[in-house]
Amino acid sequence: MRPLITLAVFLVMWWAITAFTPVPLYMLPTPQSVAAALWDQRGYLFDNLLVTLAEILLGLVFGTMFGVAFALAMAAWRPVQRWVMPILVISQAVPFFALAPLLVLWFGFGMASKIVMTILVIFFPVTAGLADGLRQTEPGWLDLAATMNATPSRVLWQLRLPAALPAFASGLRVATALAPIGAIIGEWVGASSGLGYVMINANARIETDVMFAALFLLCAVAVLLFTAVDRALRKLLYWVPDTRGL
Amino acid sequence: MTPPALHLRNLALHYGGATIFENLNLDIAAGQVTALLGPSGVGKTSLLRIIAGLEAPFAGTVTASDSQPLSGRIAYMAQQDLLLPWLSAIGNVMLGARLRGEPAEPGRAMHLLDRVDLGARADALPAALSGGMRQRVAIARILYEQRPVVLMDEPFSALDAITRTRIQDLAVELLAGCTILLITHDPLEACRISHHLAVLSGAPAQLGAPLTVPGPPPRALDDFSVLQTQAQLLRMLAR
Repeated sequence: MRPLITLAVFLVMWWAITAFTPVPLYMLPTPQSVAAALWDQRGYLFDNLLVTLAEILLGLVFGTMFGVAFALAMAAWRPVQRWVMPILVISQAVPFFALAPLLVLWFGFGMASKIVMTILVIFFPVTAGLADGLRQTEPGWLDLAATMNATPSRVLWQLRLPAALPAFASGLRVATALAPIGAIIGEWVGASSGLGYVMINANARIETDVMFAALFLLCAVAVLLFTAVDRALRKLLYWVPDTRGL
Repeated sequence: MTPPALHLRNLALHYGGATIFENLNLDIAAGQVTALLGPSGVGKTSLLRIIAGLEAPFAGTVTASDSQPLSGRIAYMAQQDLLLPWLSAIGNVMLGARLRGEPAEPGRAMHLLDRVDLGARADALPAALSGGMRQRVAIARILYEQRPVVLMDEPFSALDAITRTRIQDLAVELLAGCTILLITHDPLEACRISHHLAVLSGAPAQLGAPLTVPGPPPRALDDFSVLQTQAQLLRMLAR
């Protein structure tokens, strides 16, 4: 109920600004005109929405896969951690958004460059989250496993990995929130489809209502995606006491 | 497997330049409960970890009376129950099999849960169990391992007095015949459920002369020998 009230208040305030202040419509369109743009151009918007959604999802899936593989490799072989972790940390100083033009040059105008951008953006939170979790296994559990003559690989799979899942889930939540940004930035720099492309295009033609419509769809996708991932993680981590509430 | 006696010879442990203990000798009787008492920080837990093979001593040896290696014959019970929160009670009981890649024996695990009176809660997650129930699952997990030597590090200290007494009795009954080393802060617990008592104190720590409590454990709370030994023990600990 609360989100609906918040949304309604937001819409009314937005409408009041357009109705009672001298802000020109090309700067801030009315809610009605954005709704009209959403409806009139639904086919065009929906097609581009699908492109962006595909980029986000593929980036999220591959980024998570790479991140998990890296974190597991670091946990299994200490030298990997000693060599790779500093590089990962330093890599975070690179402004990935500044790389976007380069990625378009390397991977083309199509979806590939946006997926790579998304992977770059989410790789670190996923890897760092899982790697932290894998490092911080309850020492008592490891002692217990040692007295049970557990093999190192089974300790990793049966004990350290499940124990690290809550930390991994935090990383994945951050990644899910960041993934749309990666895809959109990629589209802004150079694309022939996608919501980011729609926004750049509409902006150039001063079709602010279309821009807002695209923005609205992007927000909706981001919120739905985050909610879905959050729900799935809670279901997966049934044993973690639930202290978060949306 | 007949439980072996354990012989600790000339054990030494240094930590950060300080000598925790040196020339420590202790015999842990086969198939009986030996309690180790002493103030905090004296090195009791380190000693237990050395016997468990979790820590290497600076010097000295731990051997079994049958000259076989100890690895694979020791079960360990800590102050916390160390149940994995994502496994059900029965899953935790069978954890050893899971970690060694052996086929699990749910029938036997179920039987053991019945013995600790938790048969009805086999599928419950640890979070849904009380502290006493969780320690009972931990006891069932030890029984599942079928190890002749059991090392316990203050296993019942987090429980309330009534639950603690019940679980002590249960542990003694179910683990009877194992060679047990029990670390405890609680003189009454030591006197009630152990055959032999040893006090570790001083810096560097030394073992006092071992005491033997007459009669089979678990003894009644008002058993005369329990009260007498407890008084003696408190005097030794206060020194």
